Amino acid sequence: MTTVSCPECEAQVLLDADVELGEILVCPECGVDLEVTALNPAALELAPMVQEDWGE
Amino acid sequence: MMKGIEMSISVSIVGGSGYSGGELLRLLIAHPYVTVKQVTSRSHVGEYVYQVHPNLRKRTQLKFVEPAQIEAVDVLFLALPHGQAQTRIGEYAALAGKIIDLSADFRLRDATLYERWYGEAHAAPEWLDKFVYGLPELHRAEIAAADYVSGVGCNATASNLALLPLVKADILDRSTPVIIEIKVGSSEAGAEGNLGSHHAERANVIRTFSAFGHRHTAEVIQEMGVQDVSLTMTAVDVVRGVLATVHGKVKPGTTAKDLWKAYRAAANDNLFIRVVKEQRGVYRAPEPKVLVGSNYADLGFELDESNGHVVSICAIDNLMKGAAGSAVQCLNLMMGWQETTALEFMGLHPL
Repeated sequence: MTTVSCPECEAQVLLDADVELGEILVCPECGVDLEVTALNPAALELAPMVQEDWGE
Repeated sequence: MMKGIEMSISVSIVGGSGYSGGELLRLLIAHPYVTVKQVTSRSHVGEYVYQVHPNLRKRTQLKFVEPAQIEAVDVLFLALPHGQAQTRIGEYAALAGKIIDLSADFRLRDATLYERWYGEAHAAPEWLDKFVYGLPELHRAEIAAADYVSGVGCNATASNLALLPLVKADILDRSTPVIIEIKVGSSEAGAEGNLGSHHAERANVIRTFSAFGHRHTAEVIQEMGVQDVSLTMTAVDVVRGVLATVHGKVKPGTTAKDLWKAYRAAANDNLFIRVVKEQRGVYRAPEPKVLVGSNYADLGFELDESNGHVVSICAIDNLMKGAAGSAVQCLNLMMGWQETTALEFMGLHPL
């Protein structure tokens, strides 16, 4: 398994061995959506998230 | 007593009819290494404790006894109204080798600070240095080695834990004021009623009852070393819960990632601290609602990188992390037991 730093919070995100290019992951610490933008070496970028009203 | 050996010890509670005393009982009755020997109450002598704390029915047949009937035990908990423990601390120390006092009497190390914030001279200033401030997240090693541990103020605890990551990482700008807005539930006012707690007056309120000058401010000054700090207290329409919202400035150049590092470190160092900063769902920031009955402190933050304004939020159950939960956590440390023993309850959802 590969570990990649979350671009939002710098948490270490574990990638499964069979992770695919373009796959969307969720950061286990800050909860943002992350897109796998490269393999060998793996890279993550913030993926757009749907904005929603909450809590009001 | 041998530390670290998971043997049963005896404990008693002096002043067990209040809300903190009841919460202590709930935790200690279920504690695998503790036998509760006696519980005192002047106003409920002879009554079963479950007649005052109804959630304890069928879990204990203890009755309240007179304070004068209290016998020697391994650990004595004091849950008396503020000002009383300090007048008899010598007598209590003769009954038990270890004392955990939930009141405000031994929280402050400096007798002049006590007099300034509590409006009267301390009755036993020679005892102040013997006590360790009872918040494990700040004094874990000292508590483990201590015989005398103080309680914590619930508002002070929410404030101190909200500030902890910023202070520990040394990213708080101390040249600007720290403003702490605190929302509190009604149980914080204790089990004794007054006109303000009368249901018709207390229900549905959002009532600011102390703009500044609250006594718990002294604990924030002492424990965080932040001198220019104000606590503004607002009562809201819940029974349990404290939400502290800190407004301050971070040092120039501090980024959101620095804050993530600081908050993550606080959570990694402390079993009962969690970071709540979510992108999905309803619970994106800390809320006391889901902490009722639990010993967790949930922390969250936001940073305006354009001007360094940081908002740090801490939610707790005032009777748990802000009182009885921290006291039992201290007991576990003092006895060398797993810190989470009898404190594993994770709260309820929905509630």
